[in-house]
Amino acid sequence: MGTSAIIFYTIAAIMIVFSLLAVTARKILRAAVYLLFALGGTAAIYFMMNYFFLAAVQLIVYAGGIVVLIIFSILLTSHIEEKMQKPDTWKIILTSILGFGGTALCLFVITNHLFVAHPATGAEATMATIGEKLLGYGEGGYVLPFEVISILLLAAMIGAIVVAKRNKPKGNG
Amino acid sequence: MNWLYDFSILTQSIHESLSRNFVPGTVVLIEMILAGVAFMILFALLGLVLVYAERKVSAFFQQRLGPMRVGKWGTAQTLADVIKLLMKEPLMNKNADKFLFNLAPYIIMISAFMAMAALPFAKGLQALDFDVGLLYISAVSSLGVIGILLAGWSSDNKYSLIGALRSGAQIISYELSVGLSLLTIVVLTGSLQLSVIVESQADGWWIFRGHIPAVIAFIIFLIASTAETNRGPFDLAEAESELTAGFHTEYSGMKFAFFFLAEFANMFIVSALGATVFLGGWMPFHIGGWEAFNNIMDYIPPIVWFFGKVSFMIFMMMWFRWTFPRLRIDQLLTLEWKYLLPVNLMNILVMAFLVLMGWHF
Repeated sequence: MGTSAIIFYTIAAIMIVFSLLAVTARKILRAAVYLLFALGGTAAIYFMMNYFFLAAVQLIVYAGGIVVLIIFSILLTSHIEEKMQKPDTWKIILTSILGFGGTALCLFVITNHLFVAHPATGAEATMATIGEKLLGYGEGGYVLPFEVISILLLAAMIGAIVVAKRNKPKGNG
Repeated sequence: MNWLYDFSILTQSIHESLSRNFVPGTVVLIEMILAGVAFMILFALLGLVLVYAERKVSAFFQQRLGPMRVGKWGTAQTLADVIKLLMKEPLMNKNADKFLFNLAPYIIMISAFMAMAALPFAKGLQALDFDVGLLYISAVSSLGVIGILLAGWSSDNKYSLIGALRSGAQIISYELSVGLSLLTIVVLTGSLQLSVIVESQADGWWIFRGHIPAVIAFIIFLIASTAETNRGPFDLAEAESELTAGFHTEYSGMKFAFFFLAEFANMFIVSALGATVFLGGWMPFHIGGWEAFNNIMDYIPPIVWFFGKVSFMIFMMMWFRWTFPRLRIDQLLTLEWKYLLPVNLMNILVMAFLVLMGWHF
């Protein structure tokens, strides 16, 4: 087994363990921390594949953004210290059947599909290529989705401000 | 002494001598361990030197002498402090969340380690050279805030929690300004790769070549990075006079030392980043066209230039800390969202216009 295989299996094991812990933990803040490790493992896999841009984005958006947001919202709600109730037995059984069934289906498809390495996909996605594609309006450019998403984000931001401002007492403007 | 000017000679010879004796898999493993040990030694040395420097600088600003008893001019004082911290009993609150309490210092340390791995220290002396280097550093340094939030909550102490939430709001806000001020220079370089950014300053550092927008970006970077590292005048997260010690009130012994070390390491990282992007990194002071002058400057090794510039940045940050009074939380957020961010956005536009017209040097 080569060095990269050992590293891959280590990262994969970490991801599986922490994903399981994230859904089974009974304390909600700990579940968020386990989720952080699972997401960090994904970034590590991207780094291993020399996909640095995606790895950095994974860290910045998921680990640095979403997990921080989750932790913040947990800290701002009450009852963090209470343990969550153990779910009913039939719920556990039903969800495990569903989960294992889904895993089995995925494994079945993956092991039976013949993956053919595409000879043309050797090109590395550099920062410059990504930037040009993202703002390109020619063949294979993504400027329209890019702009549509920015309008969506702007709308979400204005909406958040309006919602946050609504309950302000009148008179002391 | 050639390796002092180009470290790739040194690293190449280490790699070759290892390859002669071991199989490739083992070589990779040994090199990973060597790089890790090198960074740990740097981390420890930084802690020792910077704590001493901070105490001496603060003493001189307050017309005191600072530590003088242990060793000549108190130089062994930090070493004595380390031994004291190692022997202290690690205490913990009864109701603290033990797992998160113990985990929090490590998250902060790991984020500092990961950021430091991508810094170019000298020519050929850089562990990771991504083509998204700047994005990577800002990504991993944003992980540190998780450690602070967890430390504050798991301590089971009101002061800690207040400190952690303040720190969270502060770091998340000021990250924007740090990123945008660095982007202003990226407009000039056209690359996020740190080695390319350094090479592009061979004819002069960007702070001189980028006109007024580069100077404005540098000032914003200084303010925002001081805030991002939780240092005075933005040290609301710790604020000794109101929160005892903020998010690390309950920590003692080596776990406290980890927070302390990480704070100094983060100060080093932002200083190194500022030195690399604005002040040319390890690139000697060059003026385009003055060949003789440039050759004389090249006699000073790059690593001396790098650490000289970083020391200058660190001294500025210590100067801030011991000069300005602490800001209130509303002043802090007003400064970021109503002044720095709009100025920054306008600044990037002006810089983009300058580059488009080719008006920079």
